Amino acid sequence: MWEIDRKKCLRCGACVGVCPKLALELKESGINHDEKLCIECGLCKRICPMGAIKVEEGM
Amino acid sequence: MIKMDNEYDVIVVGAGPAGSAVAEKCALGGLKVLLLEKRQEIGSPKRCAEGISVSTEKMFGDLPEKCVAKRINGCIIYAPNKKNVVIEYGEHGGYVVERKILDKWLATRASIAGAHVRAKTEVTDVIKEQGFVKGVKAESGGERFEIRTKLLVAADGMESFVARKAGMETTNQLVNVDSGFQYEMASLKLKDPDKIEIFMGSEVAPRGYVWIFPKGNNTANVGIGIAMAEKPAKNYLDKFIEDNPDIFGDAGILEVNSGGIPVGGFLKNMVDNGLVVVGDAAHQVNPIHGGGLKEASMAGKIAGEIIIRAVKNGDVSKKALSEYNQVWWKERGHALERVQKLREVVEKLNDDELNMLAENLSGKEIIEFTRGKKLLNLGKLLIKKPRLMKLAKKLF
Ligand SMILES: Cc1cc2nc3c(=O)[nH]c(=O)nc-3n(C[C@H](O)[C@H](O)[C@H](O)COP(=O)(O)OP(=O)(O)OC[C@H]3O[C@@H](n4cnc5c(N)ncnc54)[C@H](O)[C@@H]3O)c2cc1C
Ligand code: SF4
Ligand code: SF4
Repeated sequence: MWEIDRKKCLRCGACVGVCPKLALELKESGINHDEKLCIECGLCKRICPMGAIKVEEGM
Repeated sequence: MIKMDNEYDVIVVGAGPAGSAVAEKCALGGLKVLLLEKRQEIGSPKRCAEGISVSTEKMFGDLPEKCVAKRINGCIIYAPNKKNVVIEYGEHGGYVVERKILDKWLATRASIAGAHVRAKTEVTDVIKEQGFVKGVKAESGGERFEIRTKLLVAADGMESFVARKAGMETTNQLVNVDSGFQYEMASLKLKDPDKIEIFMGSEVAPRGYVWIFPKGNNTANVGIGIAMAEKPAKNYLDKFIEDNPDIFGDAGILEVNSGGIPVGGFLKNMVDNGLVVVGDAAHQVNPIHGGGLKEASMAGKIAGEIIIRAVKNGDVSKKALSEYNQVWWKERGHALERVQKLREVVEKLNDDELNMLAENLSGKEIIEFTRGKKLLNLGKLLIKKPRLMKLAKKLF
């Protein structure tokens, strides 16, 4: 399960740069997440300076 | 919408310092250039502490006064035990710039050189035909369109989404990215408002540091860059501010910034058929201090020159463009790779070892190290500690 707290997110794109699956995209409206591409690896959560992302890491 | 042409020699994605440098260079070389930026305002919000050295300033060439917030004459580095090393820059001073103004000025220069510049225009996909990049899909204010190009420059920063859409592997490895968070603050009580300050220590900033970059009038960028930490970067900075009421007791917050900083993992290959990657998108940042403005501007110029030749010769193949790899590695890559080694060593030092370095190193030596020079001297100092023997050998 991947979740973002949009009130915390500063739209900096750090998460986009580490996502190995191109599942994230930074739009003017905020982060877009493609759940079909996401493998729930949690890398985006670990880089986020704001702690805005929650991932229940898959196996 | 202001009309764009349907076809260009070069489309540059991202109007940061890297993109604007390539666009300006190519336009001056006589190419028809389009510079696209997805943000509504070039340079804002900033993802930067805005510190540059004189050598960077010279590279921009005649930096207008309006781009400079504050001149800097040195740096104070605090070891974990609060002992400090003072580095006097002397005549080689530094600057804290105003990115919002600097980035717009760099894009203005690209425009004056003849490039078409378009903010609030996002590249959403890359068009490839027979193994060559041939154009982009873009979107502006809800309107979607396609534009053709002979060559695409991915200067889209840390996200590096466009290069990856085009099929290049530029994903940042977690160990090679700093998580950055920063406040621009007012009413600070700075120890020396003409010097930048750096605070190190495993509690303050694991595998990184806290910075204070003064911007004049008791304002400053106060930030942190850390790697692989337990908690989000913001938590560490908030704690640092709370623990230092002598500096921050009356402080106000003017702006909040965050961002990822590529600090290693340089790419052997930064080109493909009809594609060139520059700046943060190609991880071109100094791994020890995270400065990317100089690298972006240098790489932009190197890439520009090679692109002009390739387009004029009608050969934008990976082979023709690979000269950019060679020149960049010769001029920047090898030196930066030495700096990456330095980073890999410094990251592993514990607080006692950092304290020991602060006791034994001069400011001059530290500056040399950050340029990838004289690392042997550091190696010799570290190798005296049995625990560090293996690590220190990286520097020999
Ligand atoms: C917290 C922090 C502090 C830093 N401090 C310093 C410092 O003190 N000194 C220093 O020299 N460097 C510093 N850096 C690094 C520096 O900011 C970067 O290296 C520099 O901005 C890189 O320039 P660039 O042009 O490659 O990328 P950027 O400046 O990031 O520009 C990329 C541009 O591309 C745009 N873009 C992305 N995708 C698209 C798309 N699909 N379509 C259109 N446009 C797109 C983005 O909106 C952005 O404007 C810092 C970085 C951070 C995060
Ligand atoms: S890294 Fe965090 S703050 Fe930055 S864009 Fe991603 S979710 Fe938002
Ligand atoms: S969990 Fe992994 S795959 Fe999913 S969005 Fe985050 S980085 Fe990408």
